[in-house]
Amino acid sequence: MARGLVKRFDETLAVDGVDITARRGSITGILGPNGAGKTTTLRMLLGIIDPDEGNRSVLGHADPKDVARLIGYLPEERGLYPAMKAIEAIAFMGALRGLPLAEGRRRGRELLEQYGLEHAAERQIRKLSKGMAQIVQLLGTLVHEPQLVVFDEPFSGLDAINQGKLEVLIRSLADRGVTVIFSTHVIAHAERLCESIAIIAGGKVPFAGRVDEARDRIPAQVRLETSDSDGPWRAALPEATRRVGQFWYFPLPETGIEPLLRALIDGEAGIQSLSIERAGLHDAFVAIAGEAAAADMVTTPEREDA
Amino acid sequence: MDAISKQAGRLSLWQAAFVVARRDFLAILFSRAFIFFLLGPLFPIVVGALAGGIGAQVQSEALSADVGIAMPAEDLDAMMQARDELAARIGPAIPPFVELERLEEGEAFDPVAVLEGREGRLAAVVTGTLEEPHLTAPEANIGRWSGTISMIAATATRSEATSYPTVESTTVATSGARENRGRYQTAQSGMVLLFLLIMLLAGMVLSNLVEEKGNKIIEILAAAIPMDAVFMGKLFAMLAISAIGIAVWGAAGATILTLGGRSLSEFANPGVGWPLFFTFGAIYFAMGYLLLGSIFLTIGSMAATVREVQTLNMPVTMAQVLVFFFASLAVTMTGTWIEFAAMAFPLSSPFAMLARAAVDEAIWPHLVALAWQALCVAVFIRVGSTLFRKKVLKSGPQGASTKKRRLFSFASGKNS
Ligand SMILES: Nc1ncnc2c1ncn2[C@@H]1O[C@H](COP(=O)(O)OP(=O)(O)O)[C@@H](O)[C@H]1O
Ligand SMILES: [Mg+2]
Repeated sequence: MARGLVKRFDETLAVDGVDITARRGSITGILGPNGAGKTTTLRMLLGIIDPDEGNRSVLGHADPKDVARLIGYLPEERGLYPAMKAIEAIAFMGALRGLPLAEGRRRGRELLEQYGLEHAAERQIRKLSKGMAQIVQLLGTLVHEPQLVVFDEPFSGLDAINQGKLEVLIRSLADRGVTVIFSTHVIAHAERLCESIAIIAGGKVPFAGRVDEARDRIPAQVRLETSDSDGPWRAALPEATRRVGQFWYFPLPETGIEPLLRALIDGEAGIQSLSIERAGLHDAFVAIAGEAAAADMVTTPEREDA
Repeated sequence: MDAISKQAGRLSLWQAAFVVARRDFLAILFSRAFIFFLLGPLFPIVVGALAGGIGAQVQSEALSADVGIAMPAEDLDAMMQARDELAARIGPAIPPFVELERLEEGEAFDPVAVLEGREGRLAAVVTGTLEEPHLTAPEANIGRWSGTISMIAATATRSEATSYPTVESTTVATSGARENRGRYQTAQSGMVLLFLLIMLLAGMVLSNLVEEKGNKIIEILAAAIPMDAVFMGKLFAMLAISAIGIAVWGAAGATILTLGGRSLSEFANPGVGWPLFFTFGAIYFAMGYLLLGSIFLTIGSMAATVREVQTLNMPVTMAQVLVFFFASLAVTMTGTWIEFAAMAFPLSSPFAMLARAAVDEAIWPHLVALAWQALCVAVFIRVGSTLFRKKVLKSGPQGASTKKRRLFSFASGKNS
């Protein structure tokens, strides 16, 4: 959907040749630390700013403006008119995307109900809690039933319960065939939700593809438990093996697990248990984007709240 | 394909502007600020009364009315000479004479037609002979000048006796000078009113986009609709608000006039007539407001905070007052390049043209001026929204996130 996007702000090169593709009806995460260029990339995809170089194709159109009514966008910096009632705010956002006001109010009421917020409909935004206002805005980005939804850091500012609700919402959107793209610096959200991700750091995208592929960039970890603690079979273990008591930890050899198993059995190592765990997205992220970028990422949502 | 993209594409400029305008209009209508807006004119009315001084200047220039003279050549010369002699001794009480025609023996002259033609600045016409001068003028001027004319005629005959010839007189309903004087008054009132109204709105427009920026709503708007539409919507919402204001003030004003037992006929008929004058007044008000408003909106959109807007308020108001004085000056300079410049310069054009509507009958210059002003509004909006897109949308989110970024680069020891 985006090829070689480049954006400069005065002297800073904010985004330097970004490629991102999102399959229709899938959930795609843009993953990167603060200042990586996530927001700038999304703004280019949405046509708020135009790239200095590169091409976009949004829902089959080179100019995002041509499909504006099919797009919903939740900006990173949230905001609504404080004096507006929640229901009016939702309807107004729909109207900006071509939905008649009356229809916007009707659907807005439905959405609020689905979210258990029907009591907030007639209240002014300024009288809602920050989290509630944020959900109202979120519903406003969905009220015109877009086919592509772009969320910039949608989880930030939400408490754990609402983060969970938002995850459910994002999945249900994708189930209905809506393409969802969201940015985050919280790896866990991407890991749980996304089919594919783009890792972005310093304006470049070192990885874009399926989450599985990202994990496969680093080998799976093998945990082996043996009753015997030493023997000639130990020569079959890879060099990078660590030992903790009865347990041996090492990356899955490139030749696979079978030759190793055979050597262990022949050497009578006494295998008690064996598990192979695929790498977590966090480890993959470190391997792909480097320690420096990973240091600014948040692995779990809980840590962000702290 | 085309049909699909039409359905899927952005709202058109006008549709989007309407969505923005509707929200703004309702938001302002139900805000406390609207009450102050309605009460606002009380203050300008006081200022307006004081500013009557400006009007006085316009009038005194346009007022020095002349007396036309049409007599047999000899008598005419004698009258002119006598007038100059007396003027030298008595001063400005003696009106200037304008030679209309040197009459041949038996040639007829119709002074009433000359005066009612409403051309020029003639307040009265003297005909007849030195012995039997005849004064034609509106009633007020006959009383004012018949003695003076008699004295001039007596001086002209060089008669030793202190016998003053009797001045016959004819009363006419109106005269060019009276009409002109009244028209300048109408022009002046129209301009002052226009100026004060626009002034009232200017401050409000200046801070109009700050709310969107402060609330970060601008990003939502920018993603969904053209920036031109945001600017237009905001301008038109304010225009609609002012229309309500004018209706309320107009009704209040009419009530006061009626209660005071006065009517518009006390003002001189404007050149284009009252109904058209009011129409032009409304249109020029809208244009003047849109022209200044689009500039103010742009200036205001560059400001990041309400306080920045307040600092801008002062110079902007001063500039506006200058433009107004320029337009006022132009009214007194009929036919000069200054008048033309005031009509051509977009910001003073509505003022100057409204004044013209009061003084002059021609309609076509207004159509030309309106087309020109509308073009300028379109250009101003386009330039403003482009500047906004370039300078503001691309200069990055302000406030919190910038701080976060700075904090971050500080904490990690990067100096960038
Ligand atoms: N409008 C802007 N003007 C100047 N620099 C900007 C602007 N927006 C972003 N940047 C810079 O571009 C880089 C990428 O920013 P951004 O896209 O906001 O990152 P992210 O969303 O991943 O945190 C940062 O270095 C930031 O300072
Ligand atoms: Mg961002």
